[in-house]
Amino acid sequence: MKSDFQDRFLRNKLALAGAIVVAILFAVSFLAPWLAPHDPHEIDLKNVLAPPSWQHPLGTDPLGRDVLSRMIWGSRISLKVGFVATGISIVIGAILGALAGYYGRWVDAVIMRFVDIMLCFPSFFLILAVIAILEPSIWNIMVIIGLTSWMGVTRLVRADFISLKERDFVQAARVIGASDGRIIFRHILPNTMASILVAATLGVAGAILTESALSFLGIGVQPPTPSWGNILTAGKDNIDIAWWLSLFPGLAILITVMGYNLLGEGIRDALDPRLRD
Amino acid sequence: MPSYDEKTSTPLVRLKNVVKHFPITGGIFLRQIAAVQAVDDVTLDIWPGETLGLVGESGCGKSTLGRLILRLEEPTTGEILFNGENILRYNKEKLRQLRREMQIIFQDPFSSLNPRKSVAHIVGEPLYVHGITDRREREARVLKLLEVVGLKKEQMRRYPHQFSGGQRQRIGVARALALNPKLIICDEAVSALDVSIQAQVINLLRDLQQKFGLTYLFISHNLSVVEYISDRVGVMYLGKIVELAPSESLYINPIHPYTKALLEAAPVPDPSQRGKRFVLLGDVPSPIDPPRGCRFHTRCPHVKEICRAEEPPLRELLTDHVAACFFAPF
Repeated sequence: MKSDFQDRFLRNKLALAGAIVVAILFAVSFLAPWLAPHDPHEIDLKNVLAPPSWQHPLGTDPLGRDVLSRMIWGSRISLKVGFVATGISIVIGAILGALAGYYGRWVDAVIMRFVDIMLCFPSFFLILAVIAILEPSIWNIMVIIGLTSWMGVTRLVRADFISLKERDFVQAARVIGASDGRIIFRHILPNTMASILVAATLGVAGAILTESALSFLGIGVQPPTPSWGNILTAGKDNIDIAWWLSLFPGLAILITVMGYNLLGEGIRDALDPRLRD
Repeated sequence: MPSYDEKTSTPLVRLKNVVKHFPITGGIFLRQIAAVQAVDDVTLDIWPGETLGLVGESGCGKSTLGRLILRLEEPTTGEILFNGENILRYNKEKLRQLRREMQIIFQDPFSSLNPRKSVAHIVGEPLYVHGITDRREREARVLKLLEVVGLKKEQMRRYPHQFSGGQRQRIGVARALALNPKLIICDEAVSALDVSIQAQVINLLRDLQQKFGLTYLFISHNLSVVEYISDRVGVMYLGKIVELAPSESLYINPIHPYTKALLEAAPVPDPSQRGKRFVLLGDVPSPIDPPRGCRFHTRCPHVKEICRAEEPPLRELLTDHVAACFFAPF
């Protein structure tokens, strides 16, 4: 079964590209201390806004710090925010979606109306408001992003549950006397993994984007901690004279988000048992 | 009922005036606006060791009847007794124990097996749920079950998609047998299979019946399959049993006009009979709003005034052979 999955995944070139991007990101963030040519916090006032050179391959920022090093360290933030926030949203979404889809009736009505209410909030401004009240720390950001992005997962999981619970293998599980918990978690939920995985990778991409946006606005990851978003802030202020400050973090965000999306779709296609030979 | 002495043995399953209506809701407050009368006032006994066939067109309620016995659906009214006990009063734990006694084999062997579980898991799960948590003991029993249904040892670690339809159905049979049930409900168990595979699975079911003393409720729309395997056959039309008889009696002397029509609709390879058959006209009326009186009166060639007004009771017209018609036999 495993080799089957690998086979089909490796045959998908785009998915492979996505996987490579994600793998590189992982490697870069784990190896940050060794890869970064400079200390990301080292200020060099004689060298502010220096264009790309051999010494500073991606130039320097308004405080003379090395942009490449700051981006390498910033990838850790992206990774952390992406995974923790998505983890939170997946857990909430899967549980609520499972309950709504499996039990139906009023349970479903209550949960899905709650989803509708949450979707009505422009979540970015909700996050802004909450962060304004709480202090903007990376942990707060991860939790807030997680708590405002589970609705899509809930809907996906619920839809899967509604169709799967009528399937004969679920009926068979009921007939052998399996408990509701067993049916939900052992029989139905594993069959929704494909949807959850796709939702998760899209979620990681979304969370990274949201974090960048918050940091860009100055209420995300606080300087001097480097994040792609707050490097962009400096880029915006100096866009006429220092294009490298906007271009490279922007590209990093773009490639990362695309990488996760391609990876997610690749996993979905490879996992789908109906596509197996 | 037939050929069994009612005083000395109790039926394995007894349905008493069982009714199942599925509500149809509508409007903003989801009030009930109508009901699908899937099963309407069915009284039926299933005797230990017999195979009771249940035939009828799709939508006549025969599958719902099976699901009611398994308590996959709760009846609207009526009683269901298993070994003389009313199972509708069972609490969760007693119901769980009851699951050992009755199992089901489904029609579609592609949807009845969890695609993400190996055969060892699928067949072993009933054992696990009922307390055999030691993995080695469970797998030893799974191997025996696979042997019983004619699958190989090596196939235990495989996944459902690696099997053919007939093999999958055997896996479903093995799962149903795992708990040593008394009753197995075969819900169109062979309808999805090729004809040659159908015969194999039916013969397997027969062998297992002898070996383990099983009782079958065999639900199918295929009359010849039912004739082959059943001791008694019930014919359902729009949620009601219209005829119930020992197999030979039903096929040789069908009484109810609907049964006659069904039997004559089955193709006969004899060109001289062409055009002589009585063909049923029109469609089955909707079970949401079934006809008053005899439910078959809209399509019956012998319809009279009383059929539209009153519902015919089941009458014994031949030995052990009952039918719900005012005028039969014709």
